[in-house]
Amino acid sequence: MTNFLLTPIILPFFTAILLMFAPKKVYYQRVVTLVSLILTTACAVYLIQTIHTEGIQVVTFGNWPEPFGITMVADMVAMLLVTTSVIVALFTVWYSFKSIGIEREKFFYYPGVLLMLTGVNGAFLTGDIFNLFVFFEVLLMASYLLSVLGGEKGQLRESIKYILVNVISSALFVITVAFLYSVVGTLNMADISVKIAELNQPGIITTIGVLFLIVFGLKAAIFPLFFWLPSAYAAPPVPVLALFGALLTKVGVYAITRTYTLFFVHDTGFTHTLLLVLSCLTILAGCIGALSTFNVKNIIIYNIVIAVGVILYGVAQMNEDGLMGAMFYIVHDMFIKAALFFLVGIMIVVTGTANLKKMGGIMRTYPTLAWTYLIAAFGLAGIPPLSGFIGKMLIVEGGLAAGNLWSSLWILLSSLIVLLSVIRIFIYGFWGEAKTLVPKESRTHYKQLLIPSMLLVLLTVAYGVGAEWITPYMQDAAEVLLHPSVYTDAVLKE
Amino acid sequence: MKLNNVILKTTTQVVFFMIFLFSIHIFFAGHFSPGGGFVGGLLTASALVLLLLTYDLKTVQQLLPINYTTMTAIGLLLSLGTAATSAFLGDAFFKHYFDHFTLPLFGDTELHTAMLFDLGVYLVVVGVTMIIIQSIGGDE
Repeated sequence: MTNFLLTPIILPFFTAILLMFAPKKVYYQRVVTLVSLILTTACAVYLIQTIHTEGIQVVTFGNWPEPFGITMVADMVAMLLVTTSVIVALFTVWYSFKSIGIEREKFFYYPGVLLMLTGVNGAFLTGDIFNLFVFFEVLLMASYLLSVLGGEKGQLRESIKYILVNVISSALFVITVAFLYSVVGTLNMADISVKIAELNQPGIITTIGVLFLIVFGLKAAIFPLFFWLPSAYAAPPVPVLALFGALLTKVGVYAITRTYTLFFVHDTGFTHTLLLVLSCLTILAGCIGALSTFNVKNIIIYNIVIAVGVILYGVAQMNEDGLMGAMFYIVHDMFIKAALFFLVGIMIVVTGTANLKKMGGIMRTYPTLAWTYLIAAFGLAGIPPLSGFIGKMLIVEGGLAAGNLWSSLWILLSSLIVLLSVIRIFIYGFWGEAKTLVPKESRTHYKQLLIPSMLLVLLTVAYGVGAEWITPYMQDAAEVLLHPSVYTDAVLKE
Repeated sequence: MKLNNVILKTTTQVVFFMIFLFSIHIFFAGHFSPGGGFVGGLLTASALVLLLLTYDLKTVQQLLPINYTTMTAIGLLLSLGTAATSAFLGDAFFKHYFDHFTLPLFGDTELHTAMLFDLGVYLVVVGVTMIIIQSIGGDE
């Protein structure tokens, strides 16, 4: 049973290999992918329960002693994110059946999704900094495929930018790991944490901390490093965009969270203040972007940037409320972003355009879509019973407890701008005079797209309403983040 | 004008087997001396590329009717299977086993399951290299 925590990595990988044997058989591809993702979800949920009752699960490859082998660590932080990713991938695959198009499905679309999920889950679960790099590359390689698959002109142009930025940030990642290795002489994350505590974080370690912030900031799109994201995410088709928006930046956020709660905790006056300032600027940049555009995809894409800022603001507080809020918010954000991209995708399908100014009056023909969108939009902004509320409230409480009055107010203010940006889609798109829609026969699959989207929105509502039941798990996660010794003791078995 | 590459073709027929056997040697040498699945795979792929240079794509595909996508998948399956076997035997994932066997001809030989993992790597490297070169070279 010790190996059970590897199932969220191995199952998607194994399925991707199986799919490679018959790439042209679309039906086979769909069924196998769906079955495997359902199985993976079951395993992930079971693992959450195991961690909750029995504590952190650890396995070191090949029975090697602890700092020497590659360790996989399933703590509550990682497992919550893994479960969320798997569920988002499940819904995305379901949504893809009717939206991605048969041509892409025949050319390794599902293996791409599954390998990306392998990389994402591996990055969440690994306890080794170089292994984290390897899993980053696994998910990036798969995302390059998904980003360029289809070969439209815009996709080709944007994937060149996307690959260029990520190759540079990956090289920087290796350099940073080399620096860290030359100082502490180990790659195991728990061991690094112990060694840095022994050294009491000299200046060079703080420098490495900032380098890590740059590396993961490029992946997670924080303030000065988010420039590549809006155009690169707008190019691929909607299901791929939903997958990217929900998972990829969050892996960067997770990596920042992990390194800034496990490694660099001895000079928080510098590193965490820097993180706080950057997160506030990230929110500002995202808000400006979200209000600046009339493209429905881009509005939601800029909301990714805002969410990254909010989560990192919670992490920068380094108190229980802030970290618990960040965990609540990151899970909420992964669900709600996927759901919003699905809904916006349906809007694009029924109107045939992504430009808000050319839409109008969709509500008359599609009331269900409109109300589902409204619930998702309120959830994103954090209207009380819905999912975004509890996370942001805890983050602001954490900010106030840490004495950051003005920046906490800024977080609250940003919620208004988020609400404004998504309600603008509602007002321009759903209200008003009906404008021409795409004729009915070319959108017969509307219902099949709406069902997974509605279920995902329903899931976010349940997440918000059932926050009471989820809180113990979030407390476990915040406990691990707040006390690095919980993590290191579990891994090094002291 | 049609060129007659008789020298190139004759040399290739000999050199191909030399490179191929050397790649197998490198592959098996991996555990105790420099070499292993990755280099071995690249060398095998380079032998196949020499064939591609000498003859055209169609001839080589007729000569070796291999679906390299399937080959890559088999390689991945082999590596994952080797790594996962230990999980079913109650050890940690990726634990590898070895023992000494007395084989005819070779005598006392140490056999490792790590070799099976390497075989997977070898197949993936050959498969991926050939997919890249064939899909750039061929225009279907």
